[in-house]
Amino acid sequence: MTAQQHGFAAVGLRLGYEGRTVIDGLDLSIPPGQVTVIVGANASGKSTLLRGMARLLRATGGLVEVDGRDVRSIPTRQLAAIIGLLPQHPTAPEGITVVDLVGRGRYPHRGILRQWSATDAVIVERALAATSTLDLADRRVEDLSGGQRQRVWIAMALAQEPDILVLDEPTTFLDVAHQLEVLDLLLELNRTEGTTVVMVLHDLNLAARYADHLVVMAGGAVLTEGRPREVITEVTVREAFGLECRVVDDPVCGSPMVVPIGRFHGPSI
Amino acid sequence: MSVVAGSRTRRRRSVATASGVLALVLVVLFVASLTLGSYSISPANLIATLTGSGESGDRFIVLGLRLPRATVAVLVGVAFALAGALFQSLLGNPLASPDILGVTGGASAAAVTALLVLGLSGPAVAASAGGGALLVAAAIYLLSWRAGVHGYRFVLVGVAVSFLVEAMLGYLLTRADVRDAQSALVWLVGSLSGARWEDAALVALGLAVLLPVLMLLTPHLLVLQLGDDTATGLGVRAAPARTMALALAVAMAALGTAAVGPIAFVAFVSAPIARRIVRDGLALGASALVGAIIVLASDLAGQHLLPGGLQVPAGIITGAVGAPYLLWLLARAQRSGGLA
Repeated sequence: MTAQQHGFAAVGLRLGYEGRTVIDGLDLSIPPGQVTVIVGANASGKSTLLRGMARLLRATGGLVEVDGRDVRSIPTRQLAAIIGLLPQHPTAPEGITVVDLVGRGRYPHRGILRQWSATDAVIVERALAATSTLDLADRRVEDLSGGQRQRVWIAMALAQEPDILVLDEPTTFLDVAHQLEVLDLLLELNRTEGTTVVMVLHDLNLAARYADHLVVMAGGAVLTEGRPREVITEVTVREAFGLECRVVDDPVCGSPMVVPIGRFHGPSI
Repeated sequence: MSVVAGSRTRRRRSVATASGVLALVLVVLFVASLTLGSYSISPANLIATLTGSGESGDRFIVLGLRLPRATVAVLVGVAFALAGALFQSLLGNPLASPDILGVTGGASAAAVTALLVLGLSGPAVAASAGGGALLVAAAIYLLSWRAGVHGYRFVLVGVAVSFLVEAMLGYLLTRADVRDAQSALVWLVGSLSGARWEDAALVALGLAVLLPVLMLLTPHLLVLQLGDDTATGLGVRAAPARTMALALAVAMAALGTAAVGPIAFVAFVSAPIARRIVRDGLALGASALVGAIIVLASDLAGQHLLPGGLQVPAGIITGAVGAPYLLWLLARAQRSGGLA
C-alpha cells in the first residue's frame, strides 16, 4: 500500500456548458481506497460530473473538495500529484515512443530545479511493468493496438503517482477481452497500492462486478449509490435507463447482473 | 541499464545524430553561400578573409555582402520554423501555420501601408510589420475564441483573415505609384537581397530574447501536446500556457517578416519535415535547423541555379516548392478523412 487516502467530494456542485446547467447542487463523497464506478443513461450527467470532479470543467456553483480543501485553492501541480486523470480522448503526438509518453506523466513532480532523475526512471519503469507494457517501451504509440494504447495511457497516469485515479470511460472502443484486461489492471492497482479509483463505465454488468461503490446518475443528480448489490435493482434500472430487466446473480462472481428485456423477448407471463 | 534509461538514451542518440547531420548540411550550405557567386572565392581565400588577412575586394564581398546575407537567412529560417512548429503543435493542425493563416500577411500589409500610405522607411517599416503580425494574430485569436482556442476554428478564421489581408495588400498596390510599388514588392515576396548586418542584428537580438522564454515553456508544451484534458490532469493551466506560446510564435514570425518579408511556406513545412527526420515530440531544435537550411538553400538556388542567370527572391523558390507540399497534404488529409 503506497497510495495515501484522501477525502474527495463534491459539495453542492453545479456544472454546465455555455449557460446550460447539467448538474445542479450535487453532493457526492468518494470513499477513499475503493473503486467507485459512476453509471447512468446517456445525458444523465455522469461524464459531466467526472469532468467537474477532475477539474476539466469549471464549477459554476458549489465546489470540489480534496481533504476538505476547495481544489481551486490548491496549486495545480500539487493537485496533479494527488489526482491522476485519464480523459476519454487523450491524444498522442505523432512519433512519440511509449517511454517518452509515460515519462511525461512525471511532469507534476518536476520543476525548473528538478530535472529528470534516476528516481523518475525507476517510477516510469514501475508504471510500465504494472501495466505489462515494458516490452513496448521503444514502440511508437500510434503503432499499438487499442488495448495496448489504453494500458500505455494508464501507465502514464500511474507515472504521475496519483493517490486518486479518475478515468472517463476507459473501456470505450475496446473489445470485451481488452475491457476486462483494463478493468483487472485497475482493480489490481486498487487492491495492491490502495489507489482510489473513480471511473465512468457504460457497461452496467462490468460496473456491478468491479465497483466497491456504485453511483447511479439520472437527470443530472445521483439517483442512488452504495454497494452494487444494494443499488442494482429492477426498479433502479427502470428509473435510470427506462429499461425493463431482470436482475440475476452473475454466475462468475455473484455480483448482480442485469438481463435486459426488449419488446420481443418479454417474459411469457 | 534499465529499460527506461536505455530507451531514453537510444532516443537521445538518434535525435543527436539526425540533428548533427542537419547541422552539417547547414554548414556546407553556409560555406557555399559565402564562396559561390558571379565572383567566386576559393576556400583558401575565404579562410584568409574570415581570419582578417584577405584582399580588400574579397573582404567587401564576403564580410559586407555574403556573410550578412547568409546570417540573416539562417536567423530568419530559425524564426519562421519555430513559429510554424509552435503554431502547428499548439493548435494540433498541420495547416495552422503563421504564413497560411495570414499572420505574416498581416505583417506585409502593415509594412506596405507604412511604406506607401504613411511614407515611412527603414526601421519604422520593420516595426510596422511586427505590429501588423501581432494585430492580425490577436484578431484571429479573438474571433476564434469560444471557451478556449481550438485548432480547427482557428485555422478557418485564420484563412478567412488571410484573404482579407491579401485584398488589402492588392488594394494598396493598385493605388500606389509604380516606383513605390516596386519597393513594396519585397513585402509580398520575401527576399534576402540587400540583407545587411543591421537586419541580422535585429533578428539575433529578437531571438536572444525569445529563445530563452521558449526553453522555459518547453516542458509545459510537451505536456500540452497530449491534449488539454491530459495536460490539465497533469497540472498545466492549458489556456494560459497555449496563449503564451502562441504569442511567442507570433513574435518570431513578426521578427522574420520584419527583417526580410514573408518567405512563403518556411513556417509551414519546416516542422513536418523535421519531425519526419527526428520523429521526436516537438522537435523544435530540428525544426529550427530545417528552417535555416530551407531559407539558405532557397536563397542560393534563387541566385545561382536558375537558367540564363535569372535571379529570383528566396520567397519565390520556397513558394514554388511549398505549394505542391500543401496540395499533397490536403490530398492525404482528404483520404484519411481530416486534418486533425
